[in-house]
Amino acid sequence: MTETSSKTKTGLISPTRRGALKTLAAGAGAAATMPLWARYSSAQSSAPIKIGFGKHATGIGAAYGRWYERTSVAALAKINAEGGINGRPVELVTEDDGTDPRRAAEVLEKFASQSECDVAFGTLFSHVVVGAAPRAAELKLPYFVVSEGHHVASGMLNRWTLQPGITDVKSQISAMAPFLTDVLGKKVTMIFPDYAFGYDHRDNLAPAIEAAGGEVVAKIAIPPTETSFTKYFPKIPRDTEVIYHVMIGPGVLTFVKEMGEFFGPSRPELFGFIDSLEATDLSSPGLEFLEGTYFWEGMPRYLQDDTPDYVKAYRDAVGLDANGASTADASDVSTSAHMFGCWETLHIIKAGMEASGYQSTADRQKLIEAVEAMTMFEAGPDHPQGTKMFNGKTHQVFGPQYISKVEGGKLSVVKTVPYEETLYDDEVDYTSMSF
Amino acid sequence: MTRKDLITHLGLIAVLFALHFLLPTYHHGIFARVMVLAVYAIGYNIAFGYTGLLSLGHAMFFGAGMYGMGLAAYHFAIPALPAWLIGVGCAALLSLVVGLLALRTQDVSFMIVTLMFAQAAYLIILYFSEFTRGDDGFVVPSDMRAIGPWDLSDESTRYIVALILFSGALMISLWLVRQPFGRVLVALRENEERARLLGYDTGRRKLASLVISGTISGAAGAAYAGLFGYVGASFAGVQYSIFALLWVLLGGAGTVLGPFIGTLFMFYLIDLATEVTEAYMLIAGVALVLLTLFAPQGIVGEIRRRLWKDLP
Repeated sequence: MTETSSKTKTGLISPTRRGALKTLAAGAGAAATMPLWARYSSAQSSAPIKIGFGKHATGIGAAYGRWYERTSVAALAKINAEGGINGRPVELVTEDDGTDPRRAAEVLEKFASQSECDVAFGTLFSHVVVGAAPRAAELKLPYFVVSEGHHVASGMLNRWTLQPGITDVKSQISAMAPFLTDVLGKKVTMIFPDYAFGYDHRDNLAPAIEAAGGEVVAKIAIPPTETSFTKYFPKIPRDTEVIYHVMIGPGVLTFVKEMGEFFGPSRPELFGFIDSLEATDLSSPGLEFLEGTYFWEGMPRYLQDDTPDYVKAYRDAVGLDANGASTADASDVSTSAHMFGCWETLHIIKAGMEASGYQSTADRQKLIEAVEAMTMFEAGPDHPQGTKMFNGKTHQVFGPQYISKVEGGKLSVVKTVPYEETLYDDEVDYTSMSF
Repeated sequence: MTRKDLITHLGLIAVLFALHFLLPTYHHGIFARVMVLAVYAIGYNIAFGYTGLLSLGHAMFFGAGMYGMGLAAYHFAIPALPAWLIGVGCAALLSLVVGLLALRTQDVSFMIVTLMFAQAAYLIILYFSEFTRGDDGFVVPSDMRAIGPWDLSDESTRYIVALILFSGALMISLWLVRQPFGRVLVALRENEERARLLGYDTGRRKLASLVISGTISGAAGAAYAGLFGYVGASFAGVQYSIFALLWVLLGGAGTVLGPFIGTLFMFYLIDLATEVTEAYMLIAGVALVLLTLFAPQGIVGEIRRRLWKDLP
């Protein structure tokens, strides 16, 4: 479903309303003195650039929201210390979207017309992104999401919505499949939550595994309301060599514990997505069963032996200790595999504004076009997660993926898949759509 | 319906029309959204406020309208107006079926049964995710969001269409409660046994009330999909059933203006509290507790109790 049609439709009674507003504006203008006007004009060019941050402060995404905000604040501190954007300071305007699509759309309205933000950014949960994106297009507000959902690259959204700072689930899965079949086993049973996040995995894993020479022998969907999982484990076929699990939510600890009790010492190989355990301490009781199992990570949580200096600088700026927890509170574990996307997205906004000569909200379209024209983001202080390729047509970035093994209660990276091995065919060309 | 009733309610519509020209952009958009959600609350108020049917599942009717409209537009490229009618029809049908089954129970059982039906409806949306796109929801195609030459994504059009819908629901609600039928609904709320003794077929009237209520709620859901371009399962979740109850209680259950006032109050309470502190839900919670303690009949209910005895 695209939005390619040119807008020939009109509004109801809009001239009158605009006329009324114009009259008010004209009245205000007549009252103003020339020196005041001139002073405002001068101040405008050095006024802060405002970035509206839709934060999941409450609701199901609250743990992510907390870390997304910390990462964003740290990124803006760096950007401001380096001179801001086009010589102007940058300011974060934070609003709680309640992890709710309706509120998220209202928050975008607030950013666009009340806070006078230049762009909006930050949303993670896919239903919130999908619910708010149409409003971004109507408001003509650049909307930079950090969601990892496939909804951007699938063509569901619009020209004003981009995901240049984090990879999507489809590319993550295609990067993992060869490792599963080559190293862990060819017969895979997947256990996934019975809703959208799980469906992204359900729909994309089987083709990727088959392309890598393996086979998905069972797909076990677990309802999101489930609190005990023992009845699902007997459904796992006996010839399963690898269990692929992407359970998320408060039931994860129970899921792992019960799976451990079911298999005992003779388990198949286990591969999971760290989404299951973001913001969760791997040394939590019940997670011992995960020792020796593998996880996808968007970016390593634990400090690795070969961590580059620019990654260390990023971690220090955000306030991460060697275990990926807050330096202020070791029990406050981060959402490392996702939050780097905020850091990188803010640097892309900066690069886009500088490339387009962004001055005011009138230049929003130029900003979108400038970002669409980007192709490569080299690993470094601005892009600590790694070298990436941006596809301007699909508004989606492709980057490295990390496979880690739980060793001694910590995650150690055992393989890094470069972005070149995560690409797939374009499903949309947003650049052909009108603004 | 008295002249005073008409002037009061038409006066609100006139004020809202005037605000179309006066409100700043942000508040203009918010009022459009509040009017649509107030229609949902008006629908809920007919069942709960006037008939005494405490439903905890009205989000399924809102969702039926939303998905009826949205799926028709998304999968079958049906334009906004006929798609909206399909949405309204879905909500009417669902409320009839649910009413026939749920109204076999009363009071707490009715609450639980409606809650369960709504949960089933929510899970059906998730189960048929290939068709409904599950909890992610979907964007209504922009080409389908137009009535003739009028683009529903245009701020001005959206406000006027929301106002037309709201005005229609408000006046239907006012007309209904001033009819003998509406007075029987109030009688059911106050003492169903006595109404039955007086010879009224209470079962049929409760069913009619629930169908009208569900249909109006569905009309709001269908309009939301067309005006705001998004259809998602969260709108059919239990949270949105509670919202309707909350808005009506705050504004004044069993008052025609209450649902709008409650919806508007709740929105601005949250919106303003977010500007004061991150713990805005605490402020909202305290405000709601105070209102419940000192104005238990809701804002409009208190006005009726203290100032205007025959306010509908």
